[in-house]
Order: sequence, then structure tokens, then C-alpha cells
Amino acid sequence: MNKQQNSMMEWIDKRFPLTATWKAHLSEYYAPKNFNFWYYFGSLALLVLVNQLLTGIFLTMNYKPDAGMAFASVEYIMRDVDFGWLIRYMHSTGASMFFVVVYLHMFRGMMYGSYRKPRELLWLIGMAIFFVLMSLAFTGYILPWGQMSYWGAQVIVSMFGAIPLIGDTLSNWILGDFMLSDAALNRFFAYHVVTLPVLIVVLVFVHIIALHETGSNNPDGIEIKANKDPQTGIPVDGIPFHPYYTVKDIFGVVGFLIIFCGIIFFAPEMGGYFLEDNNFIPANPLHTPDHIAPVWYFTPYYSMLRAVTVNFLGVDAKLWGVILMAAAVVIFCFLPWLDRSPVKSIRYKGPYFKIALTLFVISFFVLGWLGTKTPTPLYTLLAQIFTVIYFAFFLLMPWYSKIDKTKPEPMNVTK
Amino acid sequence: MTDSGDNGKMSGRRRFLLVTTSIAGAVAGVGVATPFIRSMMPSERAKAAGAPIEVDISKLEPGMLLTAEWRGKPVWVLKRTSEMLDDLKKLNDQLADPDSERDQQPSYAQNPERSIKPEILVVLGVCTHLGCSPVYRKEIAPADLGADWLGGFFCPCHGSKFDLAGRVYKNVPAPSNLVVPPYTYLSDNRLLVGSDSKESA
Ligand code: HEM
Ligand code: FES
Repeated sequence: MNKQQNSMMEWIDKRFPLTATWKAHLSEYYAPKNFNFWYYFGSLALLVLVNQLLTGIFLTMNYKPDAGMAFASVEYIMRDVDFGWLIRYMHSTGASMFFVVVYLHMFRGMMYGSYRKPRELLWLIGMAIFFVLMSLAFTGYILPWGQMSYWGAQVIVSMFGAIPLIGDTLSNWILGDFMLSDAALNRFFAYHVVTLPVLIVVLVFVHIIALHETGSNNPDGIEIKANKDPQTGIPVDGIPFHPYYTVKDIFGVVGFLIIFCGIIFFAPEMGGYFLEDNNFIPANPLHTPDHIAPVWYFTPYYSMLRAVTVNFLGVDAKLWGVILMAAAVVIFCFLPWLDRSPVKSIRYKGPYFKIALTLFVISFFVLGWLGTKTPTPLYTLLAQIFTVIYFAFFLLMPWYSKIDKTKPEPMNVTK
Repeated sequence: MTDSGDNGKMSGRRRFLLVTTSIAGAVAGVGVATPFIRSMMPSERAKAAGAPIEVDISKLEPGMLLTAEWRGKPVWVLKRTSEMLDDLKKLNDQLADPDSERDQQPSYAQNPERSIKPEILVVLGVCTHLGCSPVYRKEIAPADLGADWLGGFFCPCHGSKFDLAGRVYKNVPAPSNLVVPPYTYLSDNRLLVGSDSKESA
């Protein structure tokens, strides 16, 4: 650095801790040296977040949040606005890829026990991000005001109506009307472009702060901070985030962008999974399409909603379905306390955990697939079975993780 | 706390001030939130909408379903054939509320046909599960609905089933029968839906 630059930095550092921040979070932030493929998804989630914010702003410039104009304004963006189609596909593909990336990011946490002490709060902040992300996806999907927008919103908002006593008032309050109408579209637009993006950005910031407090976990699930060089105080198994992981993450970004562009240019609707066919038909409040299913990332939960068909404990099936669906998401929050294994990472966990996690992944996929199908008695039965497996993974964890036969953890990280 | 008195205990006066300001702050918070929360309730304009509608049923053939719109929701008018009416009686043990005991209809429709005139069914085409609009499936025993299907309504969203009186089957996600709105006959072929007094038309 030359002299002028130096004095410039000094001037800034006296007024804002720029150098100190750079060091604390990048050049002298030590991350475990054994990160693997699964550690790409945090930075990729950041990338997708930026993509959503940027493309979203440009969509807002031409979109009209009015039940009479919304559908046509989206068609206008697709046909008449220069590169409008590209911006819209970047945004709609980004939404699906956000879930791909976040699901893999969460799965990484489940494999390596990243949710466990001392990262419980980091995990809970992540869950808060996940809730906001789901809300963003839901409010966003309503905006084109197509058939799927309309009936998807109808089903979700009606869930609040299932709550005893306050249900009706609550759903009128959510809708701003006695039925799903322009009032709801207008306010969901406000949530989608202001409230929720602000929330998610703040939460992601807090997520990173919490991460840098505890430091990253790693595929071996051991704490690198427990083994520091006595001279320097730097973890023996740590390497500075910059340049090592900035460069690694750029590699991940390039790989991701190749896939991302491939989807945008060759399969933006992904055969009806990213953008559903029925959403190219304007909303019709008098007619539900013969086949309705949510976008793929909600289908596992949707399957559970309709898997409940019997009343019990004096509560009707409808409310149970809603409760079960909510519980299926919220239950991730309890993982830090459900896992009683003496080791964190799957590498040292025993067969019970490996079988349980495999069954869980299978049930997630089967439920997701069933959620895209029209229900038949056989499918409903399958959904019921896999819902039980899904919940068993969590609810039996305190037991099977404790009696499982684990291997000893190494002192240092391995390859 | 270091600044809260001599031996780490709060003085009575300080505690009093802390409690009163917290309460005052909470009250102010609720006060400020109220207009915002209230602004999200249905507006005066939304409340004023929803007048009753007239439906002409002179062209309705037996077995045919007509959809009208009332308060943004589909209202179905179905003219049932005599076979359809006979079939209603065969279903009772498969239904969750065959005698319409739950409050899903005006008292004048709390009868086996759930209607004023036996053959004309008037119901809201809104599934009592999560609000989709079921599909009218009048064919007997179609492949997807099974051999004992006698015609009815099938909800594509989560598979709820209703018979031709809008009565819900057992073991489906929907908890109750389809809602019969208030309605009345203005003449033999003219229905008023949304109100059951002829004067308000
Ligand atoms: C907008 C969404 C999200 C963004 C931008 C984001 C970002 C990040 C980043 C950059 C990292 C460090 C790199 C890495 O470990 O891959 C990280 C770590 C982590 N995140 Fe997220 N995250 C998001 C959502 C979530 C969610 C939904 C969860 C789980 C409920 C979660 C849980 C974690 C955990 C436990 C770690 C530490 C992992 C470890 O050290 O092994 N995050 N996140
Ligand atoms: S809305 Fe009809 S079954 Fe769910």
C-alpha cells in the first residue's frame, strides 16, 4: 500500500472500523480447513438473495398490484418490456433455486450436527430466515394473479380460518375483505416487496454475526477453537477465510451460475414445477383448476396437510392437518435439543442415525412427490405412512441418538 | 446492576419508576398499534358490497348445475333428478353429518334434501376444508372415485367428497357439509340468493 492510501485508510479507520472489520470477518477470520462441497450453499444463498433483491426491484417498475391489472402487467413484462422475460425468469428461477440451496444448506447442518451446542442460536436464526423465506415465496406467488396464485392463496389463508373462535376474524383481517380479492393482493404486494425483504436482509446479517461468534462447524463436527496454536492463538485447523474460502466460493458461484443460466434459458418453467401451467390462466374465483398443487418446495408439507382425514381428540381433521403441517416445519427448531449423541458429525455417528436420516430424506422426497399428485386412497395412505416416518425422525431422536454406537472423534480435522 | 442503589438492590422509588414507565410504554405501544391493525380489517367499501343476487333457473335442465356469483364466491344451483334424490338416502352411513345437525344451513334447508324445493339444491360452491371450489361429478362409479360413487362433488385440492345435497363424506379433510346460503323463491323460476326475505330484493 502506498502512503496516500495508508493515510486514507487511517482517516477512515478513525471514523469507522473498516480495517478491523475486514480483518475480523475476512482476512483474519479462521475457518476450518476441511470444508467440502456442502459448505458452498451458505454463500450461494447469499448470491441468490442478491439476485432476488435486484431482479425484484426491476420487476416492481412494471408490475401493477391490482386484481384487474396484475395478470396483464406480468404478460406485458414478458412480451413488451426489453429483457423483461429475462428479469422475470431470473426472479422466478431464483425463487426455486433459493429453496434448493437452503434445503441443501439445512441438510448439511443435519449431517454435520451444525445445529448443536454452541450453534443453537445460529440454527434458530436460520429457521427464522426459513420462515421468512417461505412467506416471501408465498406472497410472491400470489402477485401474477393467475389461477394457481388465487387458489393457492385461498387455501393458505383458509388455514387461519381453521383456528377455533378467532379464525374468521383473523382471515378477514389477513384478507382485508370477506373473500380473497384486490385488497389482499395489494397488501401481499406490500409484504413481498418491503416487509419481508427488509426482514430477511436483517436476519441474514444477524445469521452471519452469530456464525462468526461461534465459528463454523465442519464435516468432522469438532471444534477447531479447542485446539489453538499456543503462540499465535490461531486454531491449528483454521485457515483465513480470505483468500482461501473467497476463492473456493467463487468456484461454487461459477458452477451454480452455469446451472442457473441453463434453467433460465432452456427450462424456465421446469416442466410446470417452477412456474405452474395453471398460472398462465388469469384468476377465476368461481372455478378451481382440476389439478392444483403448490410449487415443488411446498409439496412435502402440502402432502401432510391432506394426509389427515380423521377427527380425533375432539378436533376435526382440518385443524389437525394445519397443525401437523406447521409442526413439520417448526420441529426443525428443536433439533439442537433432540440430538443426544456424544458426537456431532454423521462421520462418527452410528448406524441408527444414518438409517434415520436416510429414511427422513426418503420421506421428504416421497411426500414432495405425492404433493404434486391428485389424491387417491392409495396416495393418501402413502402420505400418512411417510408423514409418520418424517415425524419419527425427530421425535425418536432423543432415544436412538443416545443408544447409537458412535465412533470416537479425531483430535484434528481430517480430509 | 451497578447503578441501582447501594447493595445491588433497587430502591423502592426507582423500582416504582421503572414499573410505571414500562406500563405506560406498553399502553402507548398498544395505542399506536391499534390504528395500524384496524386499518387492515375489511374497509367500509368492502362491508357495503355483497347485496343479494337474483338467479333465473327457468333454463335449468334436470341434472344440470348452474354457477352464479355472490360476494365473490360461487353459488351453485343444481336441479336434481328423481334418481339423484333417491340415491341421497343410500348414503347416510358414509356421511359425517347426514342429518345436517351442524349449523351449515338456514333452518328451512335442514331437511334430507337440504333445500326448500326438494329437486333444487342451492349451496355455496366453496369447500369447507380450505375454500377451493369442488368439481361437480355426476357420473356414477367413475374410475377415479370408486365403484360406490353415486354422483356428488369432488374437491381437487385435497380430495374431499360431498354428495348431491352437499353433505360431506366421512374421513376426508373437510369437516362439515357445504354451506347453504340464505335464499328464497321470488317466483317459480326466480331465486333470490343472499337474503331470505322477499322485501329486501
Ligand atoms: C437466506 C438464507 C440463508 C443465508 C443467506 C445463509 C447464509 C449462511 C452462510 C454464508 C453461512 C456460512 C457458510 C456455510 O456454512 O455454508 C451459513 C452457515 C450456517 N447456516 Fe445459514 N443461511 C441461510 C439460511 C439458513 C437456514 C434456513 C438455516 C437452518 C435452519 C441455516 C443454518 C446455518 C448453520 C447451522 C450454519 C453453520 C453451519 C456450519 O458451520 O456447519 N441457514 N449460513
Ligand atoms: S379445499 Fe377442498 S379438500 Fe381442501
